[in-house]
Amino acid sequence: MQTPFSLDPKKIDYAAMPDERGHFGPYGGRFVSETLIAALDELQEAYLSLKDTAAFQAEFDRDLAHYVGRPSPIYHAERWSKQIGGAQIFLKREDLNHTGAHKVNNTIGQALLAKHMGKPRVIAETGAGQHGVATATVAARFGMECQVFMGAEDVKRQSLNVYRMKLLGAEVIPVTSGSRTLKDAMNEALRDWVTNVDNTFYIIGTVAGPAPYPQLVRDFQSVIGREARRQMVAQTDHLPDALVACVGGGSNAIGLFHPFLEDETVAMYGVEAGGFGVETGKHAAPLNDGKPGILHGNRTYLMEDENGQIIDTHSISAGLDYPGVGPEHSWLKDMGRVNYVAVTDDEAMDAFRALTQIEGIMPALETSHALAYAAKLAREMDKDKTILVNLSGRGDKDILTVADIDGITL
Amino acid sequence: MSRIAACLEACKASGRKAVVPYIVAGDPWREITVPAMHTLVAAGADIIELGVPFSDPMAEGPVIQLGHERALAHNVGMGDVLAMVAEFRQQDPNTPVVLMGYANPVEVMGYDAFAKAATTAGVDGVLTVDMPPEEAGDMNAVFREYQLDTIFLIAPTTTESRTKAICAMATGYIYYVSLKGVTGAGHIDTDEVKRKVDGIKASTSLPVCVGFGIKDGDSAAAIGQCADGVVVGSVLVNGMGESVGMATRDDEADPSVDPLAGKDRVALAEVVNARILSIVSEIAEGANR
Repeated sequence: MQTPFSLDPKKIDYAAMPDERGHFGPYGGRFVSETLIAALDELQEAYLSLKDTAAFQAEFDRDLAHYVGRPSPIYHAERWSKQIGGAQIFLKREDLNHTGAHKVNNTIGQALLAKHMGKPRVIAETGAGQHGVATATVAARFGMECQVFMGAEDVKRQSLNVYRMKLLGAEVIPVTSGSRTLKDAMNEALRDWVTNVDNTFYIIGTVAGPAPYPQLVRDFQSVIGREARRQMVAQTDHLPDALVACVGGGSNAIGLFHPFLEDETVAMYGVEAGGFGVETGKHAAPLNDGKPGILHGNRTYLMEDENGQIIDTHSISAGLDYPGVGPEHSWLKDMGRVNYVAVTDDEAMDAFRALTQIEGIMPALETSHALAYAAKLAREMDKDKTILVNLSGRGDKDILTVADIDGITL
Repeated sequence: MSRIAACLEACKASGRKAVVPYIVAGDPWREITVPAMHTLVAAGADIIELGVPFSDPMAEGPVIQLGHERALAHNVGMGDVLAMVAEFRQQDPNTPVVLMGYANPVEVMGYDAFAKAATTAGVDGVLTVDMPPEEAGDMNAVFREYQLDTIFLIAPTTTESRTKAICAMATGYIYYVSLKGVTGAGHIDTDEVKRKVDGIKASTSLPVCVGFGIKDGDSAAAIGQCADGVVVGSVLVNGMGESVGMATRDDEADPSVDPLAGKDRVALAEVVNARILSIVSEIAEGANR
C-alpha cells in the first residue's frame, strides 16, 4: 500500500520552496492580470518584511493561544483503532479550535497582516462557509468591515453558516456567475479586490491562488504540524509512521505535512474527494484524475475539459468541492513525497458514522475523507505503528446534510 | 512587418486613431461571429480583438462575463474560434485579428500546437490576460517563432520598471488599461491616462491603445487625444446581448437548453449587426473627431 519514496534531503530543500517568484517546481507562480500585480507585490512585501519579526510572531502566537485555544490536543482513538485492528490512529484535534476548524489559524494570520497594512476592509471567498465564518469571526475581533463571496448554490446548501456570518456582522454576497460555486466565488473576490485594493485585504482560505498566498497560508497553517511533531514525540516517543489529511485546496494537509517533509520515515497521504468514484468522472480529485493547467493565479493540477474549460466537480463535502488544488501539493505529488489518494462519498459517510459512534467525536464531512483512508491504511499496518490524522474540523455544520442523506427532515 | 504593425503604421501615417473593438467569439451564438467581424470592419474597425471564451474570466466585469457564458452555452472552444478566424480570412485578408483570452485554453493545447494552428488560421497577435511578463517567457518564445505578436496589458498601478520590462516583451501594440478594476467599470480620468500613456511612450516606440471605460463617441474622443488607438469592449458586448434579449443573467434558466432555440436567427443577426454598426461607427467617429 505504502508507495516507497526515495528522498535525499541534500537534494531537495523543502523549506526553501517556493522560489522568490512563488514557484514550486513548474507549479504555483502568479498568473493574474496586470491589474492585480501591484496589489500582490504590496502584500508580498508586507508579508516578507513582517513574518520573521519577533513582534509579529508574538502577536500571532498570542492570538493562537488565547483566542483560538492552541495548542490543539492529540487524541489516541484507541477504541476505533482496536475495532479496525491495525495501526494506532491518533487525531490532531483542529476541530477543537475556536470556530471549529483549522481555518481560523490562517484568518488570524491574514487579519494581522491586514491590520499592519492599514486595510479596514476584508473580503473572502467561501464554499461550505467555514472559511467565511472564520473570516467573519476575525473581522469582528479586529473591527474590520467584512464581505464574503459565496456561490449562490452554496448559499442555498449552507444556510446555517450564512446566518452565522451575518450574526458576526459580515455581509454575504451570493455569486451567480459561472457554476455559482466556490471557484466562482473566488473569481468574484478577485474582481472585488482589484477594484477596491486601496482599502481592502483579500483573505484567501486555502493554499491556492497567486503568489504569495500559497506560501503565506501554508506558513500560518504549519503551526498544526509543528505542534503535532512535538506532541507525537512526547506521547509516543516516536514520530508517526504516517500522516493523513483531506485535500480540497489543501490548507489543512499542507499545515500538517510541511513540518514533516524532511522526515524520511514519515509517509504522507493526501485524501481527495472521490465523489461517486474517480472512475465516474463525478468527483473533485484533480491530483488523481486531472492535469496541470492554470486557474486562479497559479499553475496546478485541475479538472478541465478538452478545451481547457474548468469543469464542475462533485463531492458530498462542500469544502472539498473545488476543481483545483494548492500548487505545492502538485509539486509534492510529482516529487513522489506525498501519496494522493481518493475516497468516495459513501466511504467518507461510513467513517463519519464510525468516529461519531465509537469515539464520540463528530468530524466534518471533509475530515471524514481523511478518516476513511486512515482506516484502510491502518488495516494494512502493524499494531505498533502509528497514523496521525488531521481532524481538521467538526461536523456540526454537516448535520443537515447527513440528515438529508438519512431521509430525515429536521 | 506584421499585419498589426502595418495597420497601426498606416493609421499613424494618415493621422488616424485606430479603432479596436472586442467581441467574444461565439457570443451570442456561433454563426453570428464571422458576419459580426465583417460588420465591425465595415463600421470602421482597424483591428479586431476576438475574445476566447473561458469558464473563469476573472479579470472581466459582469458584462463580458455574460458574453463568455453565452458563448460557452454553445460549447465554443479554441478550435471553433480558430475556425472562425480562418473563415473570416477568406474574405478579409487585411484586418488584423488578435485573440484575447486566458492562459488555460492555450496551455491545454500546448504553446507550439496553438501557435501553429493560430498562424495557419490567420491570427496576428495574442493577448493572454493572466500571463504577466514574469510567467510569459516560454510562451513568448514560441509565439515569436511563429511571428505572432504578443500584446501585453499595462495598468494604472504598473510601476515604471515593470512598464519597461513589459515593453521589452511586447510586440504589435501596448494595451493600456485606463481604469482600476475589471472591464466595464466607472469613468476615466483623461489627464491621468495622458500622463500614463506618455510614460509608456518613453519606454517604447510601440503604439499604445487604451481600453476600459470607453463607452461612446465622447469618451472615444477624449481618449483619442492621448492614445494611438481606442479599444471598445463592454458597451459592444452588452449591445450584442441586448439585441437578442440576453443582456442579463437568467438565474432560473436551464443551462442545458439553448436560449435561442426556435428563434429566427437570420432576423436576429440583422438586429445584432445593426447594433454593432451603430456602436462602432460612433466610437470611430469620436476617436477621430
